[in-house]
Amino acid sequence: MALLEVKNLKTSFFTDAGEVKAVNDVSFTLDRGKVLGIVGESGSGKSVTAYSIMQILAGTGKIVGGSVKLDGQELVGAGEKVMKNVRGNKISIIFQDPMTSLNPTYTIGKQLMEAILLHTDRNRKQAYERAVEMLRLVNVNEPERRMKQYPYEFSGGMRQRVMIAMALACEPDILIADEPTTALDVTIQAQILELMGSLQEELGMAIIMITHDLGVVAQICDEVIVMYAGSICEQGTADEIFYNPCHEYTKGLMRSIPTADTAGTKLQPITGTPIDLLNMPKGCPFAPRCDNAMKICIKHRAERMVINDEHAASCWMNVKKGVESGEIEIESEGGEDNG
Amino acid sequence: MAEEKALIEVKDLKEYFYISTGLFKSKPLKAVDGVSFSIKKGETLGLVGESGCGKTTVGRTLLHLYKPTGGEIIYDGKPVKTRSDIKEFRKKATMVFQDPYSSLNPRMTVSDIIGEPLDVHKLCKNKQERMERILELMSYVGLNSEHAARYAHEFSGGQRQRIGIARSLAVNPDFIVCDEPVSALDVSIQAQVINMFDELQEKLGLTYLFIAHDLLVVRHISDRIAVMYLGKMVELAPAGEIYERPLHPYSKSLLSAVPVPDPKVARANKRIVLSGDIPSPLNAPSGCPFRTRCKYATDKCAETMPEFKEVSKGHFVACHRTEEIND
Repeated sequence: MALLEVKNLKTSFFTDAGEVKAVNDVSFTLDRGKVLGIVGESGSGKSVTAYSIMQILAGTGKIVGGSVKLDGQELVGAGEKVMKNVRGNKISIIFQDPMTSLNPTYTIGKQLMEAILLHTDRNRKQAYERAVEMLRLVNVNEPERRMKQYPYEFSGGMRQRVMIAMALACEPDILIADEPTTALDVTIQAQILELMGSLQEELGMAIIMITHDLGVVAQICDEVIVMYAGSICEQGTADEIFYNPCHEYTKGLMRSIPTADTAGTKLQPITGTPIDLLNMPKGCPFAPRCDNAMKICIKHRAERMVINDEHAASCWMNVKKGVESGEIEIESEGGEDNG
Repeated sequence: MAEEKALIEVKDLKEYFYISTGLFKSKPLKAVDGVSFSIKKGETLGLVGESGCGKTTVGRTLLHLYKPTGGEIIYDGKPVKTRSDIKEFRKKATMVFQDPYSSLNPRMTVSDIIGEPLDVHKLCKNKQERMERILELMSYVGLNSEHAARYAHEFSGGQRQRIGIARSLAVNPDFIVCDEPVSALDVSIQAQVINMFDELQEKLGLTYLFIAHDLLVVRHISDRIAVMYLGKMVELAPAGEIYERPLHPYSKSLLSAVPVPDPKVARANKRIVLSGDIPSPLNAPSGCPFRTRCKYATDKCAETMPEFKEVSKGHFVACHRTEEIND
């Protein structure tokens, strides 16, 4: 059984301007010890997916459908009592900005011990020892001295380490990392990614890595989900997504990154601007920006199509490709029109 | 291709901020400490480094947004020093800022934002000429004329950055300091804006100082790249060369830390992970600033700052042990 099973998850924000479907029918599973990457641009729903799993949505946000099962236990509608036990204990989250996610008025030690005291039956002394042990684990020098310091005395990279230590203190099964390195420099990013990789091997937890940086994904993810406008447009193993992208959006993303070979040439950007979630088109949400959009893309949204055992994408181009190569036969006249 | 003559030359630029450490006591924070470089006409110089290394301060001091503590800025053969020099200089050199959200006044319409430099420097004779120039600038950056009466909040991040670029082009400059112009944008929009910088350079013959921390973007756009660490320049070389053969230990680790968007390469890639953080510029190490994190550091590195010298044509590096560690 998969550790985490998300099925047809739908989350909306109810604003004055109308309902914003931030997460629209997202399904995936996560096995123990795996690293899943969720990629997408801002507003694609990648963070809201994570917040929905943890049920820490902001005021107007609400899960309107679907299910989230952790180890077989349904979390949607399970109530605050269950969720309190899940958060920090079974699933932890680290946020993008280590500058604002620590409380500036408490010492690092106090903040680290809070989670341990809340979720385990350790007493204060044991919790202190555990906190020191966690700081040592994330390579913070002189942990005993650091325990007494305040967040302002830590650099960005150090704060993110403290966040990781805090998230891992109760040995969660799943660590959700919401853009953990976006606010950091590349050298510090390399340190943090390396640390997360080695901790994951050591402790055997699963990681959901939310990022917009395909480089980060290539470095640590086993599986990848590409999101656009609240829905999954493609999912598969990292190798499949990078070497055999089957959705026009993923292909566009890959083309638009500068590499060694693009120096001195023009990049191939994705045209247009990100979609307005309040005015979603009827068909494929990417169709207005897609160079290869066909008539059907504007009329009908593509269903999830299985490419192979390790790969699925929702793009009509795959049908077109299949028909052209003769792999797909169109059975009856007057059926779906692929032109 | 770039001409040989330097358009802008910086000699031993210094910018110290004085931080109060008590009543009547202060200590210099050496944000930029003796940086020299030159940029040829039509060239793009990329400036990279970790946050706090002084790259933004170099850009700002270069434009006299901060008064330089020391050093010389020479533009087109003439030093920029007096107030009237600076005023003239600012018609030739402008800036594009990092954050397209906070760098545009929310109470001004797009046409007023773009038109403000025209008014300040009194470049237009009448209203009609001003409006024509604004519309021309908007067309350069791919904005429609109907956008002119709107406010900044009505635009997406990528479009706001276009407004910022149009504003920087208003005085018809030769030189633009681009301070992390694409780092606040989404990946799919980044490429659009990078291409626009390329096209504008070709069309208007612009010279760029391109400051960024995204090394893939910098490599794409730059002719030469300079690496800074703790207020000092540690390496300067043509873009291709610095990526293939970095000489300074810091450049090596910085470049190896760049995440490559290719799983097979990323798995095979041996990263040189630096331990520790960048030291505070208030307590910069003696001698070579990088020695506290450098695995090659010797006693000599603690004593003297290595000279910034040319090791092969156009490739400068500041390291005592360049020859020994790069066999």
